[in-house]
Amino acid sequence: MKAKRVTQRAGQVVMLVAVTALFVYPFWWMLVNSLNTAAQVFGAPTLLPVSWRWRNYVEIFEIQPFARHCVNSVLVAVVGTAGNILVAGLSGYGFARLRFPGRGVLFMLLLTALMMPIEVIIVPLFFQMLGWGFDDSLVPLMLLPIFGSQGAFSAFMFRQFFVTVPGELEEAAKLDGLGYFGTFWHIMLPIAKPVISSGAILAFLAAWNTYLEPLVFTSSIEKYTLPLSLNNFNDAYGQPQWNLQMAATTVSVLPIMLVYLFFQEKVTDAMVNSGLK
Amino acid sequence: MKKSAAARRNARREALAGYGFVLPQLVGFCLLVLLPLINVFIYSFHNKNMLFGTNIYVGFDNFANLFGNDPLFWLTLKNTLVFSVLLVPLNLVLALLLALYLGEGRPGTRYIRTVIFLPVVTSGVAWAIVWKYLLQGGTAGPINWFLSLLGVQGPNWLLEKGWAMAAVVVNRVLKNLGTNVLIFFGAVMNMPQDVIEAARMDGAGSFTLLRKIKLPLLMPTILMVAIVTMIGSMRVFDTIRLMTDGGPEGSTMVLVYYIYHQAFKMFNTGYASAIAVVLFVIVLVLTIAQWTLRKRVSHYEG
Repeated sequence: MKAKRVTQRAGQVVMLVAVTALFVYPFWWMLVNSLNTAAQVFGAPTLLPVSWRWRNYVEIFEIQPFARHCVNSVLVAVVGTAGNILVAGLSGYGFARLRFPGRGVLFMLLLTALMMPIEVIIVPLFFQMLGWGFDDSLVPLMLLPIFGSQGAFSAFMFRQFFVTVPGELEEAAKLDGLGYFGTFWHIMLPIAKPVISSGAILAFLAAWNTYLEPLVFTSSIEKYTLPLSLNNFNDAYGQPQWNLQMAATTVSVLPIMLVYLFFQEKVTDAMVNSGLK
Repeated sequence: MKKSAAARRNARREALAGYGFVLPQLVGFCLLVLLPLINVFIYSFHNKNMLFGTNIYVGFDNFANLFGNDPLFWLTLKNTLVFSVLLVPLNLVLALLLALYLGEGRPGTRYIRTVIFLPVVTSGVAWAIVWKYLLQGGTAGPINWFLSLLGVQGPNWLLEKGWAMAAVVVNRVLKNLGTNVLIFFGAVMNMPQDVIEAARMDGAGSFTLLRKIKLPLLMPTILMVAIVTMIGSMRVFDTIRLMTDGGPEGSTMVLVYYIYHQAFKMFNTGYASAIAVVLFVIVLVLTIAQWTLRKRVSHYEG
């Protein structure tokens, strides 16, 4: 019995060490080497930075327009998320509560966007954006989280939520003299807070982390978003300047991670839901 | 009579409002999803080159070239298949083991649940860059340095055929494992405890319990997650581009990367669209499988 307890304990320790090594240590290395010199990142790894070179965090802003890239990423993610929630809230409400001919068919049509990988349509999208004058522009990066598969998923979540709301709320709103939009804006949208937060989390993460879209739709360095910018810190021979790449990566990852740690339950619930879509 | 006219007027007003509500989303959907999807099929029948500005209808020529005349395409298909075949089982087995472990409520559960999700919220780009650093050849990278402590000379992971694919697969598995763990964890917690208790009373050992009771109970969820994970594996791009750039010798060139390569490096946008159509068909088949399965699963659940 005692031997069994010991093996169980050992198993737990192995599990915790393995999980830490695979999921925490890579980020710790990122942090540590973001504070080393270019030479110190090689060879025997250390648990703490060797030189605490905070200048790395200054240099990343000097070598390329990194501040601009941060602003671009924030801009794209904020506009994309706000638009996603607004547009999907409207359509989710319309599909759930208002009767109109073709409602079922149109909703099914919209749901096909859920399965559409952006990689399939990226080539024609490139030409369309070119034709609409969005050459080397952030606008496509803002439009896609609103109307692409992430938008359809938010609309789907809103509809599922609004379908369950009792009709008395709308009756009461009507008696108060609210029209269709007023009812939506003042009564229905505020009670849909759980959907708003899950939809916003998913849309923000998708817009913040996306790589193929900025790679295709932007070309000048002023238009880069963070994912394009991170591996752009290279020396004269094209070799990565690891300490700077790690510093830049830390800047891009840390805010997201802090938000995750604060709202863990909300974030994991939203991701699990979308994983099951 | 009068009342019905009013009712009809109301219905019409409601319908108009309804169209107004769904209009923005549907217009965006038509312009940014439907239109490019139609276009990708049209392009795939054209010899369309971005550099030369050519755009000539060629029928099925692109597809004929793709399947009959392009060894790189077959290599790409094979790589995509290998990638999926390695990634999906590894992902499922690890996720299932972790979920079952978490289901037992041992100490550290909360910590594990928290940290396995860190790479999920991180961008694939950041995760790939960090691992590219960890996996450097010689003893420059931390992983090979640790191996050297054990007396093992680690390979030059990202520059050697075989190892490069393995590295990319492991990177992707770790990146997305958290979601599947939590999906399985939910299913584990929903298992009927009385059934498990009864089997235990009958003297079933923990392995028998797993094989005869738990796995069958979890099977619908496992199948669903397998398909969703497989669809996701078809779409890997950022990891490949940053860690191996399709190399060495094209050994990590996958479908999505090949679309990008043909369209934006070679400027063969018509040819790239034909590859995109192939990807579309694969994803469509998998999605239909997923939807039929989900219908059966929800039927089964109640």
